[in-house]
Amino acid sequence: MLSVSWSPLFEPGFFSSGPVHVALAVGAISAAVSGVVGVFTVVRGQSFAGHALSDIGTAGGSAAVLVGASTLYGFVAFNLVAAAVMELIGIRRPRGRDLATGIVLGASLGLAALFLYEDTVASSTTGATVNVLFGSIFTLPPGITTVMAVLGAASVAVIALLYRPLLLSSVSYELAAARRVPVRLVGAGYLLAVALAVSMSAVTIGAILSTALLIGPAAIALRLASRTGVAIAVAVVVGVVACWLGTLLAYDSTVWSGGNGWPVSFCIVAVIFALYFASGVVSWSRSNLGRTAPGRRRHPVEPVEVG
Amino acid sequence: MFASFMIHAWEAATVVAVVAGLVGFFTVLRGAAFAAHALPNGAFAGAAGAVLLGASTLAGLGVFSVAGAGMIAGLGRRARSDVATALTIVLMLALGDLFLSRTSEYAPEIFALLFGEVLAVSTGELWPTVAIAVVCIVAVVVLYRPLMLSSVSPDVAEARGVNPRVMDLAFLVIVALVTTMAVPVVGSLLIFSLLIGPPAVARSFTNRPSAAMGLSMLFALVTVWAAIAVSYETNLPIGFFVGAIGALSYTVGRGWTAWHDRRMGPGKRGERDVLDASRRHGGAF
Repeated sequence: MLSVSWSPLFEPGFFSSGPVHVALAVGAISAAVSGVVGVFTVVRGQSFAGHALSDIGTAGGSAAVLVGASTLYGFVAFNLVAAAVMELIGIRRPRGRDLATGIVLGASLGLAALFLYEDTVASSTTGATVNVLFGSIFTLPPGITTVMAVLGAASVAVIALLYRPLLLSSVSYELAAARRVPVRLVGAGYLLAVALAVSMSAVTIGAILSTALLIGPAAIALRLASRTGVAIAVAVVVGVVACWLGTLLAYDSTVWSGGNGWPVSFCIVAVIFALYFASGVVSWSRSNLGRTAPGRRRHPVEPVEVG
Repeated sequence: MFASFMIHAWEAATVVAVVAGLVGFFTVLRGAAFAAHALPNGAFAGAAGAVLLGASTLAGLGVFSVAGAGMIAGLGRRARSDVATALTIVLMLALGDLFLSRTSEYAPEIFALLFGEVLAVSTGELWPTVAIAVVCIVAVVVLYRPLMLSSVSPDVAEARGVNPRVMDLAFLVIVALVTTMAVPVVGSLLIFSLLIGPPAVARSFTNRPSAAMGLSMLFALVTVWAAIAVSYETNLPIGFFVGAIGALSYTVGRGWTAWHDRRMGPGKRGERDVLDASRRHGGAF
């Protein structure tokens, strides 16, 4: 009975396929960690840094291919260094900070071009290029989930450890500095967490989904929830749901598109956009149809843009 | 290095550098580094879509980068601009992924679009580049005053009847045009580096907008020319040298600013942000 009613939704083999299990687990870990970290990324206005790290890691990944090491460790090592350099340049104003991020990104992409070129010369195929750039959720080795769980836990632990000072310095840098919060140190710790989260998701599910899961669910959550803790929970749930729905959609699409399925990245991004617009409708109707008292802030944790 | 097959490379790179230096000045001034990365990078979806439909790559890039500019501006009305930009680049890249999965012929060209193939520029590719470059320069000249005012002080601009949202869209469309012009010849990585590096360095040395613009174009030219020359000699990718020169000269520029501020007296010590510095000097930007 159950199988009859569910079969149009879940194509045969979805729950028994090994690669699908790995894909679902990896996606869920990425989405959950990205949700936690992403809320702060959006509140701090550091989407560019969050996205840049997924591209910057490419240089590490391609260098790792060159020396025969694991791409994941290349990503992590390079991203940690890049995050440190970004923080070292240390510009607080959003405009200048984005510029510093851009310079680091430009230099890293230059290195990536060099390493990828060397990879291509060494192996005379473009396979490495495509793999490093796009990742592939359906071709991951089963052991990867353990490594990811460890990296993800480390990233979330950093956020948990810094939670209160991070929140304060994200909402008001001046207030935090006045209360003797070591804002630079907190900012560096936060970037470290982003670097860990982004490298682990970029290397497994690709740079596109890494940014999509970092920014999308967090932006949705911040439209819906007024407390940071709630926003984080909503972001995690939205991220995991979008990831699983998208994976299912991609798996099912092989049937209706005649064997040549839609890419997972596109399906997950499509789900995230659908949810983003739905959340826009919800927050609009809340503020316009009187379900919240007038004057109540719709984006309470978003700081006022300085300068 | 100046053999006949290299001539088009030099010409294309020179045109791209001049336009990038000019538009880059406003990119840095407006803090639009993310958009300058997102549009060239995401526009590859347009190229992939064009291959799928059998249309010209240039048309695909143009349509997608202008649509991307519109989307960043549109989403930016309801969300912070960095979030809007992130969502836009993600959607563009995902569409690119979808288009790529629909065709089997395209994959090797990804590398070329990202990292450029300036040595393979043909006469046929050169003319559209020059034409769009002229359009970009004319647009900047025509919009100079409102663009400048809305970049430096959106409030004052609004009080004087300049709609900052319109200027935002206008600027993003100019970046989209630069993308369309530059990506086929130099690749998205290189154009991004050129939009950020040279103008950032130029601003370390002067507070006068016209001087900064001129310096920015000069630095962009020197960067590209040096990159092509060294790339020719070493047989390594041009993109690497453009990125490396950009980072190196930015470091030098920051160092010079720090040294200059220190020399000017203790009051200016610790003033590390160029933007803050220019504001304090009461300069026009």
